[in-house]
Amino acid sequence: MQNFSITSVFLSLLVFTSVSIFAASGEGQVDTQSKINDFIDHHLQDSYDYTFFSDGETNKHYGFSLPIILIDNGLKVFSSSRFDHGTAVVEESGKYYKVYNSKIYETNAAGDINLGETGYPTNDRPLDFSITKNVATMFFVGILLILAFGGLARQYKKRSVPIGFGRVLEPLVLYVRDEIAIPNIGEAKYKKYMSYLLTVFFFIWLINVLGMTPLGVNVTGNIAVTACLALFTYFITQFSANKDYWKHIFWMPGVPIVMKIILIPIEILGTLTKPFALMIRLFANITAGHVIVMGLVSLIFIGKNAAFDTPLSVFLTLFLFVIEILVTFLQAYIFTMLSALFIGLAVEEHTHKEVEAETNEII
Amino acid sequence: MEKLINDFGFGLFFWQGIVLILLIVLLRKFAWKPILNSLNSREEGIENALESAEIAKREMANLKADNEKMLQVARGERDEMLKEAQQIKNDIIADATQDATHKSNDIIAKAQETIQAEKKTAITEIKAQAAELSIQIAEKIIKKELDNETAQMELVNKMLDDVKAN
Repeated sequence: MQNFSITSVFLSLLVFTSVSIFAASGEGQVDTQSKINDFIDHHLQDSYDYTFFSDGETNKHYGFSLPIILIDNGLKVFSSSRFDHGTAVVEESGKYYKVYNSKIYETNAAGDINLGETGYPTNDRPLDFSITKNVATMFFVGILLILAFGGLARQYKKRSVPIGFGRVLEPLVLYVRDEIAIPNIGEAKYKKYMSYLLTVFFFIWLINVLGMTPLGVNVTGNIAVTACLALFTYFITQFSANKDYWKHIFWMPGVPIVMKIILIPIEILGTLTKPFALMIRLFANITAGHVIVMGLVSLIFIGKNAAFDTPLSVFLTLFLFVIEILVTFLQAYIFTMLSALFIGLAVEEHTHKEVEAETNEII
Repeated sequence: MEKLINDFGFGLFFWQGIVLILLIVLLRKFAWKPILNSLNSREEGIENALESAEIAKREMANLKADNEKMLQVARGERDEMLKEAQQIKNDIIADATQDATHKSNDIIAKAQETIQAEKKTAITEIKAQAAELSIQIAEKIIKKELDNETAQMELVNKMLDDVKAN
């Protein structure tokens, strides 16, 4: 019974996802190879409005618009509905803007996009601080996190063991502390980094999970998002690094002097490759997951025999979907674990001298 | 790579940074700090409780050992007392027996003395009575005997014999 209900939840999620994905194109039925490719590309990118689903034949979209914020000779704020889902050219204080491939470009009055040799537009891009679909999702996840964990924190004022949903959250917090932070950073110093690790862990996890829902968002599959997260880890690592860490980078002890000089650039590069790997790993895993799930769903649309293709597609998608659910957790875990590991390497005491009375407080 | 660079949305990067900083600050204040502090104090509480339970257990064991020792001592004392009581009892019995023996011996002795005395008195009395009787008998006989001569002579002779014999 339990299994059955879980399966049925997945199945309904799947149906919803496919409906919301494939109705959203706005240019008729999505039923050919190239249209499906375009559609998947479109899904992976950010969007200026929150469309849940749309009718391809009547070209009607169901969702809501989001605010566009541009800095281009002054602040310009207007609703994304004026782009009419990327089809219209918007004139705002003497300049024309058009959406191309989910990006706003400056154009002439006719809305011409000049593609360069590389296949990408050469038009200027205004500084774009719009509250896009992904940004709105981030805000939403942020509010959810504050509500969930703020609620858990309030519970402890009344009782020492939480009840209800707090009982689910508490072991997760303990997991991050006991399995990620303490083993990698060490009992003496882990408390300083708990706020960052917990926030990043739950933020990535929840936003990954939302990507698996019919909302159809793909936040951590954006290189800008993962770059920002990785940079946080990078800066926290560099700023909390102790003397030993820098000594091992700039003057590696225990090797001949020539080697010391050769090792300097390698070690400096090494500090950069670590966050770079973090960035690419999260981005690539989530993007790949979304592409494969959508590709398998679209088997239904490109196959010749619906009676045969539909069960095959549903089965394969379901199979991958379950794996992706695991991946949402796994990637959050790996990101947090590696962040903790890098921080741990930076604050590690190499000699057995007395540890200075450093603050080990939750800050 | 070019696609990645083209896809890099600066706005998204900016907002992600803002959201992450805000989240870290807010969650730290309203969630992580209170949660981790409560978890820590709870764990410490559990540890302390376990420790004090261990101490109580050890104290209990000590107490039990003490009790056992006291019991042992008390048992020893009891045995001692019992032994003493036995001794005293035996002594008392022995004394009593001795006393009783003495007393009964005394009583018997006294009784025998009394008996002897009584016997003597009785014998004396019997002797007196016998003498009286014999005198009376002798009177009567003499009165009768001395009626004739020969008898008187005979008596005198006999008496003389007796005296001689004496």
